[in-house]
Amino acid sequence: MSLGVFVVLALFILGSALGVILARNPVRSAMCLVMTLFFLAVLYLFLDAHMVGTLQVIVYTGAIMVLFLFVIMLLNLQTDPEESSATTTLSAAGGLCALFVGLLMYLVGNVENVPEPARDGFGSIQSVAEALFLRLMLPFEITSVLMLVAIIGAVVLAKRKIQ
Amino acid sequence: MTEMVPTNYYVFLAAALFGIGTAGVLTRRNVIVIFMSIELMLNAVNLVFVAFARHFQSAEGQAIVFLVMIVAAAEAAVGLAIFISIFRNRETLNADEINLLKG
Amino acid sequence: MWIEIGIAAIKSLVVLLMVLQLAGALGWVERKGSALIQDRIGANRAGIPLFGTNITLQGLINTLMADPLKMLTKEDVVPHGVDRLLHTLAPLVTLFPALVTFAIIPFGDVLVVGDREINLQVARLDVGILYALAMVSLGVYGVVLGGWASNNRWSLLGGIRGSAQMISYEVAMGLAVVSMILLYGTVDLQTMAHEQGHLIGGWLPGWGILYQPLAFVIFLTAGIAESKRVPFDLPESESELVSGFFTEYSGSKHMMFFMTDFIEVIIVAGLGATLFFGGWQVPWLYRDGFHLPGGTLIELPNLVVALLQVASFTIKVLVLCWFQIMVRWTLPRFRYDQLMNLGWKGMLPLALANVVVTAIAVLLVQDA
Repeated sequence: MSLGVFVVLALFILGSALGVILARNPVRSAMCLVMTLFFLAVLYLFLDAHMVGTLQVIVYTGAIMVLFLFVIMLLNLQTDPEESSATTTLSAAGGLCALFVGLLMYLVGNVENVPEPARDGFGSIQSVAEALFLRLMLPFEITSVLMLVAIIGAVVLAKRKIQ
Repeated sequence: MTEMVPTNYYVFLAAALFGIGTAGVLTRRNVIVIFMSIELMLNAVNLVFVAFARHFQSAEGQAIVFLVMIVAAAEAAVGLAIFISIFRNRETLNADEINLLKG
Repeated sequence: MWIEIGIAAIKSLVVLLMVLQLAGALGWVERKGSALIQDRIGANRAGIPLFGTNITLQGLINTLMADPLKMLTKEDVVPHGVDRLLHTLAPLVTLFPALVTFAIIPFGDVLVVGDREINLQVARLDVGILYALAMVSLGVYGVVLGGWASNNRWSLLGGIRGSAQMISYEVAMGLAVVSMILLYGTVDLQTMAHEQGHLIGGWLPGWGILYQPLAFVIFLTAGIAESKRVPFDLPESESELVSGFFTEYSGSKHMMFFMTDFIEVIIVAGLGATLFFGGWQVPWLYRDGFHLPGGTLIELPNLVVALLQVASFTIKVLVLCWFQIMVRWTLPRFRYDQLMNLGWKGMLPLALANVVVTAIAVLLVQDA
C-alpha cells in the first residue's frame, strides 16, 4: 500500500492513542482505545495479516473493550475532578517517553528494506492454523489453561461474599 | 499492492505507540486508564510481530500475535475483577489512594 | 481497474438499496402481521386524501410514507447533562456494522456480462464469515453507548442488560457457525452456497439444514437474541423500560435504532438462508440450466439462471424474516436470569457438543 495511506493511518492511530491518555472522562478514553484498536486492525489488513486483523476486531475490539466499558458502566465512573493535570509531571513523563521512543527507534529501526511480495495464502486462516496447531501446539495448550485459570480467578474475585 | 512501505516505518509507529502507552501508565491516576495504557503497549508489540512476520514471511509471527491477544484477554478479565473488588472495598479508583500496603 | 471499482460500487448500491427497502417493508409486515395474529386491524388511518376518499393501501401509506416522514421531521430532543458526542455516536455505531455485514452475503452465483464473470457477492473476503461475526460483535457498542450516554438510570439498566445478553449469545452463534465451517471446509459463503448444490441420493438437494438441524436451531435462537427481539427483548422491554437503552432518542436517531432492529432481522435471515438453506440455490438448477433427477436437461441462458437464483435467495430471506416476526408475536418475554441461563448453560454446551460430534463425523467420513 502506498506511503500516503500509511501516514494517514499512522496519524489516526497516534491521535486516538493520545486521546486515550489525555481524555478526562474514562468512557471517552475507552472509546478512543476502541478507535485505536480498530485502526490497528486495518493496518494489519494492509500487512497481509487477514486472520489476525479480523481476530483483532472480534477479540480485542468486540470483547475485551466491551468488558472495559461494562465495568466502567457498572461502577458508574464519571470524570474525576480530583485528578490533577499537573503540567510538570506531564511534561516530565512526556520528555522521558520521547527519549525512550527515540532510543528504541535508533536501536531497532534499521530494517530499511521493503519486504518482498507475499506468497500465495500468506496470512490466511490455513497458514496461521498450521503454524499454531503444528508448530506452536504447546504454547496453545498452555494459553488455554491460562484462560481457564483467568476465568476462575475473575469469577472468584468479583463474586460478592455469600454470608 | 504496488509499492510496500519499508518495515522500519511500522517499527517507528509501534515505538511511538509504546511510548504513548508508557506515558499514560506514568501520568494517569485512574487505574482503569492505566490498564488501558497497558493495552496500548501490548498492541504496539503486536504490531511489531505482525510487521516482522510480513517481512520474513513467517506464519509463526501471526500465530504468536493470536497468543498475545489471548494473554491480554485473560489479563483484562482478572484485572477488571480486581478493580471491581477494590471499588467495593475502598470506594475509589484513584491509584494514589489505594495505599494500605505502603510502608 | 476502474471497471472493477465500478462493478463493486454498483453491487454495493444494489445490496444497500434492497436491504433498506426490505427493512422498511418489514416494518409494515410487523404491524399488519401482528394485527392479524392478535385479531385486530392494525395501523391503517394515515393516508393520502385523494378523489374524495382516503387512500390507505392497507396501512402501507401509514407505515412506509407517514412514519418515516414523522421520524425524520421530529425535533431531536437531547436530555440535559448527557455527553453529546457519545449520545450522537451511539446510533451511528449501531447502524454501521449492521449495514456493512451484507458485503459477504452472496445473493446469486455468477452473472456473465460480455466476457466477464461477475461474482454476485459484494466482496469475496479471505476470512469469509468471520467478518460477519466481527461486525456483529461491533454492534454491542451502540447498546453500551446508548445506555450510558442517556443520563438516565433506566437506559443504563437497559444498556447493561443488552450488552451482557449480546456478548453471551455471540458465543453460541459463533459456535453454530463453526460447525458449518467444519462441514464445508471453508469460511467463504459463496463456496458454502456452491457446496450445497450437490445431491444426496441423486435427487435430494444437500442443504445445510439436513446435515446440521441442531446448529440451525442454535443459530436462529442466538440470532434472535443478538438482535434483541422478543422473546429476548429485555434490554428494550417495552412494558418496563419504555424503550430501554434508546429511550432518550427521538427523531432520526430513533429511526436509526429502529431500523437497525429490522436490518439485524435481515442479517440473521440472510446468513441463515446461506448457511442452512442453500443460499441462492434452486433445487437442481446449475449454471447452464436444470439438471432434473430423471436425467432431463433444460438449457437456460445465464441471465435467467441468475434471476432465478436471486429470486430464490429473496424468497428464503423473506420466509426467515416472516418466521422471526411470527416468533415475536407468539412467545412471551424471557426473564433476565432465564435468558442468561439459556445462553451459558443451555446453548453453549449444546453448540460445543455439536462442534465435537461434527468434527468426529467429518474426520471419519474423510478417512472413508
